Amino acid sequence: MSVQLFTNARLIDPEAGRESYGNLLATDGRITEIFPEHTEFEQMFRTRNISLEAVEIIDCENRCLAPGIVDIGVKVCEPGDRHKESYRSAGLAAAAGGVTTLVTRPDTSPAIDTPESLEFVTRRANAAGPVNVLPMAALTKGRQGREMTEIGFLMDAGAVAFTDCDHVITNTKVFSRALTYARSLGALIIAHPQDPGLSDGACVTSGKFASLRGLPAVSPMAERMGLDRDIALLEMTGARYHADQITTARALPALARAKRNGLDITAGVSIHHLTLNELDVADYRTFFKVKPPLRAEEDRIAVIEALRDGLIDIISSMHTPQDEESKRLPYEEAASGAVALETLLPAALRLVHAGHLDLPTLFGALALNPARRLGLDCGRLSPGAPADLVLFDPDVPFVLDRAMLHSKSRNTPFDGARMQGRVLATFVAGTPVYRRA
Amino acid sequence: MSFDHRHLLGIEQLAPDDITAILDLSEDYVTLNRQTAKHSDVLGGLTQINMFFENSTRTQASFEIAGKRLGADVMNMAMQASSIKKGETLIDTALTLNAMHPDLLVVRHPHSGAVDLLAQKVNCAVLNAGDGRHEHPTQALLDALTIRRAKGRLHRLNVAICGDIAHSRVARSNILLLGKMENRIRLIGPPTLMPSQIDQFGVEVYDDMKQGLADVDVVMMLRLQRERMDGGFIPSEREYYHRFGLDAEKLALARPDAIVMHPGPMNRGVEIDGTLADDINRSVIQDQVEMGVAVRMAAMELLARNLLASRPDAA
Repeated sequence: MSVQLFTNARLIDPEAGRESYGNLLATDGRITEIFPEHTEFEQMFRTRNISLEAVEIIDCENRCLAPGIVDIGVKVCEPGDRHKESYRSAGLAAAAGGVTTLVTRPDTSPAIDTPESLEFVTRRANAAGPVNVLPMAALTKGRQGREMTEIGFLMDAGAVAFTDCDHVITNTKVFSRALTYARSLGALIIAHPQDPGLSDGACVTSGKFASLRGLPAVSPMAERMGLDRDIALLEMTGARYHADQITTARALPALARAKRNGLDITAGVSIHHLTLNELDVADYRTFFKVKPPLRAEEDRIAVIEALRDGLIDIISSMHTPQDEESKRLPYEEAASGAVALETLLPAALRLVHAGHLDLPTLFGALALNPARRLGLDCGRLSPGAPADLVLFDPDVPFVLDRAMLHSKSRNTPFDGARMQGRVLATFVAGTPVYRRA
Repeated sequence: MSFDHRHLLGIEQLAPDDITAILDLSEDYVTLNRQTAKHSDVLGGLTQINMFFENSTRTQASFEIAGKRLGADVMNMAMQASSIKKGETLIDTALTLNAMHPDLLVVRHPHSGAVDLLAQKVNCAVLNAGDGRHEHPTQALLDALTIRRAKGRLHRLNVAICGDIAHSRVARSNILLLGKMENRIRLIGPPTLMPSQIDQFGVEVYDDMKQGLADVDVVMMLRLQRERMDGGFIPSEREYYHRFGLDAEKLALARPDAIVMHPGPMNRGVEIDGTLADDINRSVIQDQVEMGVAVRMAAMELLARNLLASRPDAA
């Protein structure tokens, strides 16, 4: 029996929506009890028949202890582009970022669209990674939007959700059938709300900045159009649906209405859309090129408010490794995406330091809500939950140096950025997988 | 002399004094270019490479003549035909050329921002000869010189820029330049050819040519960039010409001494009436071409001066 006692912890409990100082006991990889401050441990252990020598004591020194982050939508570039990110490097990056569960994207080459390729992913992930890996599978074969994948077999093989990632299924007949079929199996569908016609070829959000830079732009309305379409299909099919990224103010009323009407819909947002805006692209800095493109400041603020109010449920890193070659190109030609596993928490803490969110709400969006949406029992600080934990100092300042990242690709928009708060240790089922030196 | 820039990437980075400095020096070169012996040696010993990743005849010729008249060794590289086709990236091309120690790189590229990117990787001075829909600074400068010479000033003028604003780097550079020099700018064109939130650039936007042209001093026509259009922006060229093409009737609404400009190449009968374009009393289109050489000579001289001053072997 392995027993760990986390003492002097500032416990961040998203389920109860509060934080408190206390101690956390984990036994055999699960949280067993939470004790208040000033507990007399010797007597407590005696009454529970635990010998004090067998207990590993981790003094948290009044730092924050929170449920480990559950990150939906991480791109690990196996198979296809292992030089950009492998399961090993992604796992190390996740551990260093306090992410204890990676929910991986199927937009690899080839796409993860068969039980066989999913098994490959599971095998690679289990062999290489220090953190939990849960794979998602493509919703249509080759992510081409024509034929649905073997959703049943893929679920049996361990797919936790189905998504064509940033490929929008343009044929609504195909999409509605896939949604209907998925509903019968209770499968979660994750989609990218974006009108494909309007956004074709665009790499920035339309507006003054796009016009000044002369870059092909998409109206923020394209997101709302995509979401409206998907909501109509949900009304028709009753499927379980998650919008990967809602990033514009214009899409929020539609989302609110759909939730009010009782549709089984949730929404996420990437950390980049919460902490950066279109102006950060500045002189064509391609590390800021993400999909959908960064938005206006008003959109960023509206989305933060929606997150605080619970309209947007989940924050994701949308970790997308790209090598230097695919980024060192003219802006239009450069690849989209940014690595974010290791910057997710420090960047998210900007929202706390700016007074937008409190820590329990933040960890609701980072851990509890994604876990619930996927039907996982992690993301909580409650007895019975896995001891997937992140210990962090929310206040320590540092300047991010991308050379220090564990990811194989270092395409972060935060290089050189001043950040506040960093991970001290990460535990998966009670086992330390990362400790800051 | 206030001009202290290393590159000429856009009008955005220039202050009004920089613009005036270039234009003043250009006047000297206009005089020189009208003489029989058109040679100066301010770029003597320097190497100028013209890298055009996009077809160009007039701009490339203008830069070539400008460099040669200043005594530089000028080389033209037609980049569509070269290593780009073999998969070499822009940066690798830049580094390769950089190793040959050029002093001035003149670059045109179909993608916005590509010239900025290239300028970060080389040791020489870079002149933007047009990048995507972003900027074409020497065009705006030559337009400014043309206006200043025709109107006697470059401020408090009503300037109408007409046509395909959305796809035009010429329009962006001109909006920035004319705005910095405190002119009133009107943009006239169908709304499908207007960039988003263009009204926030301190311009007035019209979709009616007749209203827009009232009392303007300068009418700047733009080429309809059919090659950049990936969808239906206008119903047809004849409807476009009817509504937005410049002819004598529409021009009559402008000031009687209004000048007509066009960056070329013109689509006669699409955006401008052929006879009007050739009317020497109104059209300054040929002057623009002449000013182009002078402005490019001035810009290259200023950049070369700063480049040489920055080199460790400079005395």
